[in-house]
Amino acid sequence: MASSPHKGRILSAEAVNGLKMISPTAIYATLLLAVPLFLIFLYSFLTDGYLTIDYIPTFGNYVETWTSPVFEKVLMRSLGVSMAVTAATVLAAFPMAYFVSFHVEPSKKSIWLFLITIPFWTSYLIRVFLWLVILGYNGVVNSTLMGMGVITEPLTAILYNANSVVITLAHAYAPFAILPIFVALEKIDRSLLEAGRDLGETPFMTFLRVTLPLAMPGVVSAIMIVFIPTIGDYVTPSLLGGPEGKMVANLVQLQYLKLDNYPMGSATAVSSMAMVGIALIVGFAQAKLFRRVYTAFMGSTNAGLSFLTALATVVISFGACVFAGWALNGAFFAVVLAVAVGHIALLVWLKMKEAK
Amino acid sequence: MMKGGGFKIYAFVYLIFLYAPIILLPIFAFNNAAIIAFPLSGFTTKWFTALWGEPALWNAAQNSLIVGGSTAILSTTLGVFAARASTRYNFPFKGGILGMIMLPLVLPEIILAVALLVLLLGIGIPLSMFTVTLGHVLVCTPFSIAILSAAFQSLDKSLEEASYDLGENAITTFWLVILPLVMPGIISSLLITFTISLDEFIMAFFLAGTESTLPVYIFSQFRFPQAVPVIMALGTILVLLSISLLSFAEYFRRRGIARTGGKDTGGFL
Repeated sequence: MASSPHKGRILSAEAVNGLKMISPTAIYATLLLAVPLFLIFLYSFLTDGYLTIDYIPTFGNYVETWTSPVFEKVLMRSLGVSMAVTAATVLAAFPMAYFVSFHVEPSKKSIWLFLITIPFWTSYLIRVFLWLVILGYNGVVNSTLMGMGVITEPLTAILYNANSVVITLAHAYAPFAILPIFVALEKIDRSLLEAGRDLGETPFMTFLRVTLPLAMPGVVSAIMIVFIPTIGDYVTPSLLGGPEGKMVANLVQLQYLKLDNYPMGSATAVSSMAMVGIALIVGFAQAKLFRRVYTAFMGSTNAGLSFLTALATVVISFGACVFAGWALNGAFFAVVLAVAVGHIALLVWLKMKEAK
Repeated sequence: MMKGGGFKIYAFVYLIFLYAPIILLPIFAFNNAAIIAFPLSGFTTKWFTALWGEPALWNAAQNSLIVGGSTAILSTTLGVFAARASTRYNFPFKGGILGMIMLPLVLPEIILAVALLVLLLGIGIPLSMFTVTLGHVLVCTPFSIAILSAAFQSLDKSLEEASYDLGENAITTFWLVILPLVMPGIISSLLITFTISLDEFIMAFFLAGTESTLPVYIFSQFRFPQAVPVIMALGTILVLLSISLLSFAEYFRRRGIARTGGKDTGGFL
């Protein structure tokens, strides 16, 4: 109370105190996170000699990375696996988060969340390995299905390929998707839902038009928190992936630890992260475009037609970018570049329209 | 609330899916067969007794405990500073600084691991349990901040002002008033960061050099089919240990929020 007249000075003192307080953690993160990340970025422009590093900067590693058919195949597989895992986890997590937020007594919510998070914190390696047992030739799935007479021969499509990687990762990241959605659902003012009902909406329409839009921030963070780490997962593809299920982390590990080629490994790591960034930009821009077209058409036609029009716009605009890259020179890099540039332009254009 | 029936069934199926591997683990740990597959073939405790005769395992366990203990103390200390700063003060670049500190939460661990590897080898620090600890602190600090922020958030500012009015300074206030109030949060953070460190594989795999932690040992044993039942026994013990540690952590987290008068919103994040 006594200090309120000196507002300007107090504010700066608070800023100084805050900065002082956070400095130990900030310095640690700078030295062991920001600096190393910058370092691999620098390394990616160097060349590996025998026992030495050539310090003349070059784009050679990137040219080699982006023209390598192995990198292309592994990167596209990683993207596909990550997208499938993200879709599966978020779709499965939503009803669970909804259940805990809307149908569980407030006093029991934290025990449910605790039950959901426990598996996430325990023995990641062993959990992944046990999926081998579940999905294996004599595994739980096959012996159960054969015992019930559903199949006569063990399924082989669920082990040592991308499918098994998707199943295992969807299991491992499930709690990570539930928590952000739960937090967003908890923030929803329950009286809004009652208002929706009072205005004559059915429970399902209230869900679609009130709950779902308000839960979207949680869904977006769930997508980010699952998509980014899964694309770089190492353990699952190496244990369950087999030769046809390896992902970028396996490639990075190979180049760093087995081939001892740090510059090449750095270029692969940086390229993969760039691809994650591009994928997020594409997703974000297309979601924005979809919503714009959908709301624009909702005014004149019905929901079904608006949905189809919006979907067509998304497919055509994405396809146009891919085609542009393919027409340019057909190389993988050109296609990725065209998709990236096209969607950044799309995002800027949508932002400008919004500003008006 | 009558229409919760369908959701309830879904929730139970989902929990079964989540717990399926953990339920299978003890089944195979006590199964009298060298191959991990169905059908089961009788009860045995020999895989547990076999754990005693593995010196490499005990060495790895010892390493894990040392790394886990150091990581818990270091990351919780760093977490206290950051959580206190973010909940109590406003300062320039707050979002950016916190964003950088929390980045390991979303960045793939392999990127963090190779980045640290390049730095450490670049400045000539030999790989050891020390370098693994450095990496683990980086990974664990964001979790510690998430837990501690909840504890600091619900702290009543007037308690602090009362302490100043009674003649205490900033350091003694922190020591005598704030720290006791957030102590349960700190214990919860210590337990959780220890559990994460105990289970962390990628950082240890890249930064341990010739030594190994428990997860690195376990990963190396997967290559030998005959060693797998013993690993199932070890896994059973580790899962029990983790669940106990987490239950304690949850107990302290709740007590901490109750003590500072906050409302429990549930969950660690």
